[in-house]
Amino acid sequence: MSEAKSIDGMQPAKPQAATAVSRRDFLGEITLGALGVAGLGAGALTYQYFSPNVLFEPATTFRAGNPDLYPLDSVTFLQDQQVYIVRTPGGFYAVSAVCTHLGCVTQWKAEANMIACPCHGSKFTPEGKKIEGPAPRPLPHYSITLTADGELLVDKLQTIKTDQVLKA
Amino acid sequence: MTSIPNALETIRQSRVWKSIFRRGPALTNRTRSIAVFGNLFLHWLPVKVREKSLRVRAAYYLGSLSFLLFLILVITGVLLMFYYHPAAPKAYHDMKDLRFVVSNGVFLRNMHRIGAHLMVLLVFAHLFHVFYRGGYKPPHEFNWVIGVVLLLLTLFLSYTGYLLPWDQLAFWAVTVGTNIISAMPVIGSKVRFVTLGGNIVGENALLRFYVLHVVILPLLAVLFIGIHFWRVQKDGGLTVKSKDDDGRD
Repeated sequence: MSEAKSIDGMQPAKPQAATAVSRRDFLGEITLGALGVAGLGAGALTYQYFSPNVLFEPATTFRAGNPDLYPLDSVTFLQDQQVYIVRTPGGFYAVSAVCTHLGCVTQWKAEANMIACPCHGSKFTPEGKKIEGPAPRPLPHYSITLTADGELLVDKLQTIKTDQVLKA
Repeated sequence: MTSIPNALETIRQSRVWKSIFRRGPALTNRTRSIAVFGNLFLHWLPVKVREKSLRVRAAYYLGSLSFLLFLILVITGVLLMFYYHPAAPKAYHDMKDLRFVVSNGVFLRNMHRIGAHLMVLLVFAHLFHVFYRGGYKPPHEFNWVIGVVLLLLTLFLSYTGYLLPWDQLAFWAVTVGTNIISAMPVIGSKVRFVTLGGNIVGENALLRFYVLHVVILPLLAVLFIGIHFWRVQKDGGLTVKSKDDDGRD
């Protein structure tokens, strides 16, 4: 296409013999173009190949058991799910235990009434609000609902507003 | 006593010797030059060096020592591969076996581990030495860039190797490191996903880091080390020396 443009638009005054695309040049450009397309395709295929379609990772939705398991005014760390189940007089909420800085798992420090990260010292309130950096954001709250048989159900793919609680 | 030189001379004149080295004895400057030119392992070396350039200085062998450590790491690494499975949780148990069960395993593992730490240290020392001696100036710019690539390869090799023991230190180091990747604008989380082969540091990540550590990065390192050494010779030494101490160009 650029070849055609340069012939018609850029050098119209030149004699036909000098501007015509020779067979050798034509085949050369076609070959380069084909190699380029094949290269792009190979890149795309490689990227697809390296992106797994099936993952064997912990489920993002899990049952957290009967609400009665959690005493009033308590923060409970669920190690396998890396979530805190917090029960306040207002109700239940689920706070992510994964630090928003670089992904370390935080710890609940009952004596200091705060959530602290062992990696770089970020501190959060039990509501997940940031007290001290370097974490850039508060800990997210996950969707928490009751199943039909009365158990807590947490969905880690859905974050909700911090003022939304599951009424006890 | 003359029988040994005679025997060596007989070997040098033999058909097998001539078939391998494609020349007779190197007795003149010309045949000595041909001996260097015609050898795959020597051909990038200069056929003549000044005595001055062979003099030992404090920081002279930093690059050579880095390369020596690279060779040690290749040899010990290949030996470690005979007892290591890149699969969770077997990888951790294999590492423990290497330390406590396999004969001389702890020696090889520590040689590999400490050698890797030392290599990072020496590569940086080499970089600083070349930098302070002006080794990035013409005609050395290209080789400086190759050197930076080699520095990055050294760091990537260290980082991918760090995950392989599959212990807490490894897991959290790579969790933190790959979260830094996801801070990249726009493509960050995609790059992290493809690097780890998932959303968390798991089996896929271990295998990917293993393949990078034992195949892809070492091959790239060998390639760039080759170019680096060749260019050191072609550019005329490590640093800018417009004239010798004795005033010659």
